[in-house]
Amino acid sequence: MAVLELEGDTALVSPVRRRGRRLGGLFVAALFWVVLIGLAAILANVLPIVSPTDMDFLGKRAPPSAAHLLGTDQLGRDMLSRLIYGARISLTVGLLSPVIGLVIGGALGMLAGYFGGRFEALTVGGVDVLLAFPPLVFALAVTAYLGQSALNITLVIGVLSIPAFTRVARAVTLSLAQREFVVAAQTLGATHMRILLRELLPNVALPLMAFFLLAVAVTIVVEGALSFLGLGVPPPAPSWGSMIGEGRESLDIAPWLAFLPAGFMFATVLAFNVIGDTLRALTDPRPGAL
Amino acid sequence: MARFVGRKLLHLLPVLLAVTLLTFLIASLLPGDLAYTILGDQATPEKVAALRAQMGLDLPIWQRYLHWLWDVLQGDFGRSFRTGETVLAAVADRLPVSIELMLMAEGLGLLIGIPLAILCAVRSGSAIDRFLTGLAFGKLSLPSFMVAILLIYLFAVTLGWLPATGWVPFTEDPIGNLRSFVLPALTLAFAEWPVLMRVLRSDMIATLQEDYIAMAKAKGLHPARILLVHALKPSSLTLVTVTGINIGRLIGGALIVETIFALPGIGRLLVGAIYARDFIILQGVVLFVAIGFVLVNFIVDMLYAVLDPRIRHGRA
Repeated sequence: MAVLELEGDTALVSPVRRRGRRLGGLFVAALFWVVLIGLAAILANVLPIVSPTDMDFLGKRAPPSAAHLLGTDQLGRDMLSRLIYGARISLTVGLLSPVIGLVIGGALGMLAGYFGGRFEALTVGGVDVLLAFPPLVFALAVTAYLGQSALNITLVIGVLSIPAFTRVARAVTLSLAQREFVVAAQTLGATHMRILLRELLPNVALPLMAFFLLAVAVTIVVEGALSFLGLGVPPPAPSWGSMIGEGRESLDIAPWLAFLPAGFMFATVLAFNVIGDTLRALTDPRPGAL
Repeated sequence: MARFVGRKLLHLLPVLLAVTLLTFLIASLLPGDLAYTILGDQATPEKVAALRAQMGLDLPIWQRYLHWLWDVLQGDFGRSFRTGETVLAAVADRLPVSIELMLMAEGLGLLIGIPLAILCAVRSGSAIDRFLTGLAFGKLSLPSFMVAILLIYLFAVTLGWLPATGWVPFTEDPIGNLRSFVLPALTLAFAEWPVLMRVLRSDMIATLQEDYIAMAKAKGLHPARILLVHALKPSSLTLVTVTGINIGRLIGGALIVETIFALPGIGRLLVGAIYARDFIILQGVVLFVAIGFVLVNFIVDMLYAVLDPRIRHGRA
């Protein structure tokens, strides 16, 4: 359910890889959806939509109409507007948290893979301890103690994603550290700093980027799960997870209240998975991965 | 084997110690003072000071950690300041529910995953294989709370076959008890089968390339016998590991599903403690779950070594 699963996900035998031409269609559709939802989230203030917190008590759980294109929720708030503002939360947390993991984990992993020795042993040990915690339990407990806010949730999920990034960066660096171009640079007397930044980083960056996109997908799910439990970003700010949670109560009379945000979240997570997996298949260092 | 176990045990201790330290540190992140939280609106400076002294909150943090660790080592995980229930009693009360859910979920997951994996491995590269791997990939994007909503809508709201909530003890109503477990177990199994199918599929494809499989075919053995007897066991190493790790994760990881379906398990205890801001219970349960997680991973490592002699002879 969370960051730990990234490990397993990378082992996925990609279904898109073998499909040749259909890869293009799926990939383009995913890219299109991410751009669409991203633009909507950025431009939410400018778009001609109702406020996501305005309540219309006469039109609760209304079906789609000209005034409310996707209907209203159990408090008469505009669904489309809440979905777009919800995208803001999901995408902000979803993109910022893995950045923490990417920067810290990526740096730690590269240093560990390049220098080896005691530093590597210490890093691997630390990663093992963090991975020893069930991630969702960890995230829940820390937000419970720190208090619920978008910032805290971003930080917690970000810290949780560090071990996975460390592992990826270390594995890729290890596979490169003895290669000819690195040895050549060393023989020419390049400093460690230069080798790490000019020789290794460009080669580690692409696999890390692919992993980053998969991490975005996982983070959106984790944020959704926290919000679903009412332990994410506090109300009245709309979030897809909390909308699904609220919609659950009226599954019998208005199932779309839960299904709409669920559909949005599924499409977004799937899109990031598809893009990330395509990129990973293209950059996989193992021979024959293409 | 003894040396292998010894080496692993030596590795286990520092990890367990680090886990207790981390749990303790998380709990000390609480802004403000636990004494204020416990006393609530009745907090006067004198009462707070007295409670702090009584709970040892005025000691330096490392002393508090050592005191707490000492208590934990003696089996005292703390006591709720709301209900007076000890953590251990609360956990013992909820554990059977979580274990029942876990076993049903894992069993259902294997029941779906293994046949599909064998099917995919035998017809590797065919339309059905591509369809199922594609489905498994898509399933990665469908978190358990969405699956739960879909299942509730389908089986509880629309068809009315199964209850969405309402747990009864097994001793009172065995059928009702099992019925209340079907949807939550199915939800979890839905998350499990793609993972289980994937690992078994790729291992099995590798096994089917082996010479002894060709030999078995040449001997004219029945294909089903080759698959189920000759190929399945050597292919199931990763499957055992993944199943084991999943079981460890489900001890606490089923918390969303337990909350949705109102099953009184460990996960719901944890979420309930968060809602009630019962921080002592929360800390105790987190520690319990984390230790359980580490121990299960340890047992899986052992099991792995039993199944594959190469690992215990030093290559790991």
